[in-house]
This record gives sequence, C-alpha cells and structure tokens, in this order.
Amino acid sequence: MSAPTMPEKVAGIVPEKFEKFGLRHYLICLKGVVLRECLRFLHQRERFISSLVRPLIWLFIFAAGFRQVLGVSIIPPYKTYVLYEVYITPGLCGMILLFSGMQSSLSMVYDREMGNMRTLLVSPFPRWFLLVSKMLAGVSVSIAQVYAFLIVAWFWGVKAPPIGYLMVLPALFLSGMMLCALGMLLSSMIKQLENFAGIMNFVIFPGYFASPALYPLWRIQEASPLLYKICLANPFTYAVELIRFAFYGQINWLSLGVVAGCTLLFLAAAIIAYDPSRGMMTRKQDTGGNA
Amino acid sequence: MAALDVAGVSHSYGPKRALNDVSFSIAPATFTVLLGLNGAGKTTLFSLISHLYDTRRGSIRIFGHDVSRASGEALRRVGIVFQARTLDLDLSVHQNLSYHAALHGIGGREARQRIAALLATVDMRGRQHDKARSLSGGQMRRIEIARALLHRPSLLLLDEATVGLDIQSRAGILATIRKLVETEGIGVLWATHLIDEVEDGDHVVVLRQGELVAKGKVTDVVKASGAGSIRDAFSRLSRIEAAGIAEISP
Repeated sequence: MSAPTMPEKVAGIVPEKFEKFGLRHYLICLKGVVLRECLRFLHQRERFISSLVRPLIWLFIFAAGFRQVLGVSIIPPYKTYVLYEVYITPGLCGMILLFSGMQSSLSMVYDREMGNMRTLLVSPFPRWFLLVSKMLAGVSVSIAQVYAFLIVAWFWGVKAPPIGYLMVLPALFLSGMMLCALGMLLSSMIKQLENFAGIMNFVIFPGYFASPALYPLWRIQEASPLLYKICLANPFTYAVELIRFAFYGQINWLSLGVVAGCTLLFLAAAIIAYDPSRGMMTRKQDTGGNA
Repeated sequence: MAALDVAGVSHSYGPKRALNDVSFSIAPATFTVLLGLNGAGKTTLFSLISHLYDTRRGSIRIFGHDVSRASGEALRRVGIVFQARTLDLDLSVHQNLSYHAALHGIGGREARQRIAALLATVDMRGRQHDKARSLSGGQMRRIEIARALLHRPSLLLLDEATVGLDIQSRAGILATIRKLVETEGIGVLWATHLIDEVEDGDHVVVLRQGELVAKGKVTDVVKASGAGSIRDAFSRLSRIEAAGIAEISP
C-alpha cells in the first residue's frame, strides 16, 4: 500500500445492528453462490469445452463404431428399435452430470486448499444452506452443459421427442443433485488435491461403466450376473434410467425413488461431514496456516 | 460487553495439543496483537473463533454470542482476513466483493454502494474490474480487508495479514487498520509474529506452543517480564524454557 490514505470518516463501516435474516437474504446468498459458480465456469473455457468434447467423442466415434456390434432390443421406454446413438444419449447426459458433479467436488478440495472455501464456511448463514447453495450452483452449471450437448446431438440427428427436452429437466436436476451431493461428500474426505485421481479410478469409471449408460442391463445380466447385481446397486444406474424415461415423458418410479433417496442420504452425510462439531473437517490439520 | 471473549479454550489435532486452556478477552474499539512464533497456535485460534473448527473445550463469545451455539449471530459481527490468500483469482475485484456481500445477505444497490465506499477506503478506487490475479500481494490484502469490512463487523480478525509484503505495504495496511479502530470503533485482533508491528498503546496476547504466556497492555507486559522493550519481552516469553504466565490486568 503506497500510502495509508483514509477519508476523515470512512463511509459505510460503522458497525450496524443486524436484522434477522429473512427469505430475501437467503435468496441473495443463493444467487451469489450460483452466480460465482457460473462466472468461474465461464472464465474456464477449457472446462466447458472438455465437458462437451468428452460425451461428443462417445457419441460421434464410439457409438458409430459399436452401432453394429451392440444391438438394442425394444425395451421401455422405447416402443421401436432405436439407433445406438439414441440409446446412449441419456447415459451421456448422465456422464456429463457425473463428471461435473465430481469436478465440483474437485473445486471444493481446491478451494479448501487455496483458502477460498473458508470465505464460504465463515458466512453467517447455516452451513447446510451454504452447502445446498453450492450444490445448486454446481447443478445449474451441469445442466447448462447437458443442454449444450443435446443441441449438438440434435444437429447430429440424435433427437428426442420435443417435449422430452422439457420433461428431462427435473430428472437432470435430481440426478445432478445426487451426484453433486456425492461429490461434496467425497470432497470432505479428500485431504489433498492429489488424492482426487483416486476418485476418478474408484468412483467415476466404475460408476459409469457399471450402469446401463452404454448397454442395457439385460445384456449385462447375460454376460455376468455378478456385474448385473453391481449395476443394480449402483445409484448412477437409476439416474441414467430416470433421464432415459423422462426423455419420453415417462417417470420410472423406482429410479425416481432411488435417486431421491440417495440425494437425501448423500446430502445429509455431506452436511454432517462439513459440520465443524461433528464432521471430518474438524479432524483435519489446517493446511493454510501455522498451527 | 467484550468484543471477543475466549475462555478456557483447548484444541488438539489427534495427540498433538495446539492450544491449552487459553483465556483472554478483547474490549470493543481496541487494537489487540496476538503475538506468537510459527506454531504457537494463532491460526488454530483463528479457526476456532471463525467456527471453521468446533470449540470442544472452553467457549468463545463474540459480543456475547457463543460461536458454537449461535455461530450465525457471532459470525455476522466479525470480519476475517485469513493468512492464506482467499480471493478467487479468476474473478474481478468487484465479483469477489459481490460474492462476499451475498454470503452476508447483502445484494443489489446496497452491495454496490458499500463496495465503492470500501474500495476508496483501502485506496483501490477504480480497480473494481481488474482480475484478482492481476493484483500485487499488497493490493490483494487491501481487497481482502475491504471484503472483511463489507458486512460492517464490530470485530476484525487478521491472521498474519502482512506476511510476504514489502515494508511500505505492511505499514500502509497496519495504518489503515489502526485508523479503523480509531474512527469506526472496530475491535481488532491482529495475529503476527512480527514484533515491529506492536505499538506501546496496544494490548497484546502472547502465545507460546499453544499456551498463553502473557496478556495485557504492552507497557504492563514489558514491565512484568522484566524486559526493556516489547521485543525483549517477546523473546523472553517465546523461549522454550520460559515458564509461568505473566498475568497483567488491562
């Protein structure tokens, strides 16, 4: 600071009497957290491009190559034979949500290491509200990525019923919440950014491949009954099916129940994990200071 | 009512004790220096006061509000400048400050007005659209101070706020904070290991390896420790073999 220049009376610093937080204040906080996540996303163009390129490679290259090999019989919600590209599109939407959810947990680990997370955690709003806001922010960004992907897929000739693009929104939202909550829970367990590679190997890839994202469950059952059971125990399976049915204006109630239940479970666990009196945060050595 | 009341606080990381039965209080509108060498427990104490960690033994009250039981009310009254840089480097100065305002339920025109006023206060007027990444260390600190003041706290905590800055920046930041105590009546807890940041009129709290070894007015601490200056007193109090607590009444 070149000179300690101070106005005679500093405007706007007089300690004030605080009114109780109302709905308006909560909405301001939520908007602020969502806006920050969106701005960060916009500033990181590489993140946006890579999030779009990944599913497009699967759609353009993988699906084209495997179309002839992996036949898909008529299974609900489809009423006719569908192209393999059409079949994997809901799975690719799930893939975007999965990677984005994990990426948001990565950003939380980064924020915690760099100290940015503290600015969030020392806010006077309840910790659960801050974490839910952070999740909503992550889901908003994820959904924007999914729709960007769907637009490109539409031009590629992979089209869902027009109403499906609207009907899928709640399914994307709920699935995104589940995956963000899982990411948040994982972020509370990761001590250092370097440990995140483990998440890639132990959560993202197994979660994605042990699901009906790329091939129907009946095919998996034929190939390996054990893998089939693993798929049934995988929450991501239900997220993909929820999205798939929603594209055709249908609700898969089992998937809805599992995804909603897992969302609540992961969220509750994440809130406990980030609660300084009960969670894992308090057991960790502070990385940003002395002692 | 004390701006900050720390009573019998202990904290451990597993078997390692970081703070042991620390008690002191800070009156409103006073400048208190929390002195301690690296590893003395300053950052742990800050993490407890700001509720990043839960206070498991003892209690911490900010203007009467228990940090553990009424963390929201307590945190509304405190502004914090952490030792580590906490600005989002990808965002502009204004975006960083707006984000913090939102985290305190302040939005719209009110947030913009406060940001403009505070940027003038910390001598950063006209820099609101600069990316945080483009600022120098001293400028980042000034923005962090403006951010800590956005919600008009009555108590300001600064953890090693001048570490890594040049002499001029250090002096400027220190002068700005001291002026806030004088003109706005804000209580300040300034953690540092740099003894030249302490002035005779200040209050000090000295930590050594998690133990409180002295507290009170600088002149009283110097006198009680039998030293000729606060520098000598701090050297004596910080020695490993030093024993006993220099209890000084403010």
